[in-house]
Amino acid sequence: MTVTGRLTVESLTADPRQARKEQVIRYSLGVTALVSILISVLIIWSLFSEAWTFMVEVNWGSVWDIGWFPRRGIYDIKTLIVASFIVTGIAMIVATPLGLGAAIFLSEYARPGVRRTLKPILEILAGIPSVVLGFFALEWIAPNVVKTLFNGPAAGSLLASGIGVGVLIIPLVASISEDAMNAVPMSLREASSGLGARKMTTTVRVVIPAAISGLVASFILAVSRALGETMVVFLAGGASQTATYTDSALDGSLPMTAAMASLARGTDNVVGEGLTFQSLFFVGLVLFVMTFGLNIVANRFVQRVREQY
Amino acid sequence: MEAVTETIGTDQMEQAEPQAAPRLNLDLDRTGQANEPDAADAVFEVKDLNVYYGDFRAVQDASFTVYEHEITAMIGPSGCGKTTVLRCFNRMNDLIPIARVEGRVDFRNVSIYDPRVDPVEVRRRIGMVFQKPNPFPKSIYDNIAFGPRVTGMAKKKGDLDEIVERSLGRAALWDEVKDRLKDSALGLSGGQQQRLCIARAIAVDPDVLLMDEPCSALDPIATTRIEDLMQEIKDDYTIVIVTHNMQQAARISNRTAFFTAQLDSTSDQRCGLLVEYDRTETIFSNPSDERTENYVTGRFG
Repeated sequence: MTVTGRLTVESLTADPRQARKEQVIRYSLGVTALVSILISVLIIWSLFSEAWTFMVEVNWGSVWDIGWFPRRGIYDIKTLIVASFIVTGIAMIVATPLGLGAAIFLSEYARPGVRRTLKPILEILAGIPSVVLGFFALEWIAPNVVKTLFNGPAAGSLLASGIGVGVLIIPLVASISEDAMNAVPMSLREASSGLGARKMTTTVRVVIPAAISGLVASFILAVSRALGETMVVFLAGGASQTATYTDSALDGSLPMTAAMASLARGTDNVVGEGLTFQSLFFVGLVLFVMTFGLNIVANRFVQRVREQY
Repeated sequence: MEAVTETIGTDQMEQAEPQAAPRLNLDLDRTGQANEPDAADAVFEVKDLNVYYGDFRAVQDASFTVYEHEITAMIGPSGCGKTTVLRCFNRMNDLIPIARVEGRVDFRNVSIYDPRVDPVEVRRRIGMVFQKPNPFPKSIYDNIAFGPRVTGMAKKKGDLDEIVERSLGRAALWDEVKDRLKDSALGLSGGQQQRLCIARAIAVDPDVLLMDEPCSALDPIATTRIEDLMQEIKDDYTIVIVTHNMQQAARISNRTAFFTAQLDSTSDQRCGLLVEYDRTETIFSNPSDERTENYVTGRFG
């Protein structure tokens, strides 16, 4: 290519090899995106098809019964849902004040150096494997908290696993809430201080309302995470494979995830009457619909955060 | 409207070619300038003020006095510390963890940096308007009502309504927003937002109003409105304004403090220095320091 001389269309035409290369890159990236979508579709399809078999063939009277005894053909889904809700509720009672408090401290009160040190530590806490927390709930929370404070069983219970799940989601609540509050412009805090508001007043009346979408999103994501959490409730839930209906947090019971995990246990050779295997997919579907719905709602809130200020 | 646009036109020309008008035509008959105020009228007395951000000294040995019912302007190039000084008047620098203030700032003969002084109490008496309009993402009404609510000024709902109407009226915004007080303040134009912020600041009935380049984010028409507003309310409040716009300082202020950024030979950093403080017409027509003269005639900065 010469620098001098007349400019022609040819001198501005792309090298065909370069153009072909771009095409190849474009299509291979498209394929990777397609594969991940395909996998998701496959998962949902397998979930739906087995769950469908269950829903068609099951005697619906056994889906509203005294408890969850899948091998005997008793699939009381409310036992599992109530257990899941109790665990999630307890987890939120633990995680909301602690997570939000930590977020307010980090975002509004901590000096920059303290914040730089504490925030990564908090995020490391999020990396603790849930199986470790499950043992912690069973071996420490159950005897030391549930038994001593609530006069409950020293072995597993919904309360023990609920507290365990709560500890597990504190970093999630704290981290997302802190991000949301940190995104509130400094100028709003200055405006508030300039009017003679104290720090707590500024936090409660300016920062939190301005960050509310992000805070709500963090709670919804935490609920969704708590509902889907498996290892902690499996280890410390105080029930295995079967559970009688209970609405007491001090009893052992099976949340949805624990019911699935304790029946499958590393093999698809699920022992039991005809529909036991399919019942797991039905439970999975119920769980999927719940968490999927929650995630959609959370996404809406996160989008509102971006639109503000 | 026509007349306003015309003045703005000339104004912009002056801004574009400051050299063309080295001596600004000042209205010397402005009230309150003929008599020199005595010490009793002092609102702020600044003595040997030094402000540090960490190891960096932002302001060096500033001393001057702000008088009651005057508009005091602080001008100077970027980095000269004028905003930093302004933020010392209501202890806003306390919000910056690494900021440190030395020297005295007396507000009506009380040292506001006395350890017994609560900065919150100081800020309730000294309002502030910021460079960029910063309304809360709340309704117009709630923006104005915020201060009276947190300071417990309004005992009844009716009091609050009255404060909101009076403050918005004072800031020449009432007629424009009276039918949409419940709408979000973020829907207002930039100029309206800034007048809302002024209304919000005067809603708590402060003694002093600090303004940090309040017009720098506004168009000329909105700027004129804010300047008119300042002239109107200065009978009730003492105003200290930081401005980048020399014409603005010349137009509206009674006194002007000229700051510059000077290279500190020991630390090799630029540090804010108060060069000259005098009546505005003296600063602009007969400054005693050469640096001031160079700046106001547009030869520098």
